[in-house]
Amino acid sequence: MSSPTYHVDRGPLAKDELAALVARNIPDGSFVNLGIGQPTTVADHLSPEQGVVLHTENGMLGMGRAAVGDEIDPDLINAGKIPVIETPGAAYFHHADSFAMMRGGHLDVCVLGAFQVSVNGDLANWHTGAPDAIPAVGGAMDLAIGARQVFVMMSLFTKTGESKLVERCSYPLTGVNCVTTVFTNHAIFDLSPHGARVRAAYGISADELRVRTGLILP
Amino acid sequence: MIAHYRDQGGADEAVADVPDGATVLIGGFGSAGQPVELIDALRRQGAKELVVVNNNAGNGDHGLAALLAAGQVAKIICSFPRQVDSWIFDDLYRSGRVQLEVVPQGTLAERMRAAGAGIGGFYCPTGVGTPLAQGKEARTIDGRDYLLELPLPGDYALIKAHRADRMGNLVYRKTARNFGPVMATAAATTIVQVGQVVATGALDPEAVVTPSIYVDRVVCQGQTGPEGGAQ
Repeated sequence: MSSPTYHVDRGPLAKDELAALVARNIPDGSFVNLGIGQPTTVADHLSPEQGVVLHTENGMLGMGRAAVGDEIDPDLINAGKIPVIETPGAAYFHHADSFAMMRGGHLDVCVLGAFQVSVNGDLANWHTGAPDAIPAVGGAMDLAIGARQVFVMMSLFTKTGESKLVERCSYPLTGVNCVTTVFTNHAIFDLSPHGARVRAAYGISADELRVRTGLILP
Repeated sequence: MIAHYRDQGGADEAVADVPDGATVLIGGFGSAGQPVELIDALRRQGAKELVVVNNNAGNGDHGLAALLAAGQVAKIICSFPRQVDSWIFDDLYRSGRVQLEVVPQGTLAERMRAAGAGIGGFYCPTGVGTPLAQGKEARTIDGRDYLLELPLPGDYALIKAHRADRMGNLVYRKTARNFGPVMATAAATTIVQVGQVVATGALDPEAVVTPSIYVDRVVCQGQTGPEGGAQ
């Protein structure tokens, strides 16, 4: 594996730079599910030449951009319940089929947000564990274990500076050993059962990354 | 099962026999595909202590949310109750007036599929190693870990389709299809709200999504006629 590249002559990635970077890492012709929130913005950076087909778990392949004006149809929404449009070649199917596509390993990539990811690929993104929080899982667990590659897209640090890439998740898990790559504003990490490896870093040195995450990062 | 569904007239007649304590599968993903007319009829009918299965737990103040607000639901089985507009459920849950069983979305669909397909349970990889694995039998098959998930049948299904023919064959519209085809198979009695009823033979058999064998009652909210309408 090639050694990591530390881009220290610049700041961390802005949100749209991060989304563009994730988009560039999606192989041409992939079937892809983009999670709710920040991952949705990856769609804005996919070029038509990439030939990526978007899956939305409420029952559609070939999902297009957000609908505007007269295009808005209450029967045509994405998993975030936002009205969208269909693209040529789109297909509709029911929920059991939609999740069979995931569990059956037919989706190439999903991009999810996260509260925490552990260095061996455990994902926590559905529940903070707070006693008064109402648990809501949606399709997060199905996506986590279903897609062949699971990309997480998140800020590396919380607002109070704690690393969201951790040795062991403290929040309730969504899936075990499932995350393959973590894209953050400060660095990209490739994960495996053997741990995390830095692929590239932005606006942060190797030493600072180790200190601020508290992780052993080869 | 009768081969030709009986015309039930309005939504009120269609849900009249739903008893207290029934398990009711209610279609829809948010508002798309939610059979609001049938839910409103169930609210007027007044059955209590219902167990409701839906992806969500109501949006805003209408449809499923209004059924919850009326105090008719003892338990909701769903994947994603918490939403920006789920205030009615949130209040009921926090004050202990409704029970909640959270099920991963795909497992929810597959449990109903199993019920409709005569499957006694299935080993599912979703949820392994998470809090939702608690109490479930685990098994490793070919090196992969699974949880035993059990079928989820309903006494009634209330779903929405786009169009029915007079036998009860159904087609859906775009992502409003969502849980409809699966719920139709999983309930003892399936009641469908459609926008249009067309003549038998007017639906392309290749395009039928839910065959009439799964459909017991159809309530038409729009035009109905023996000659059918545009396809």
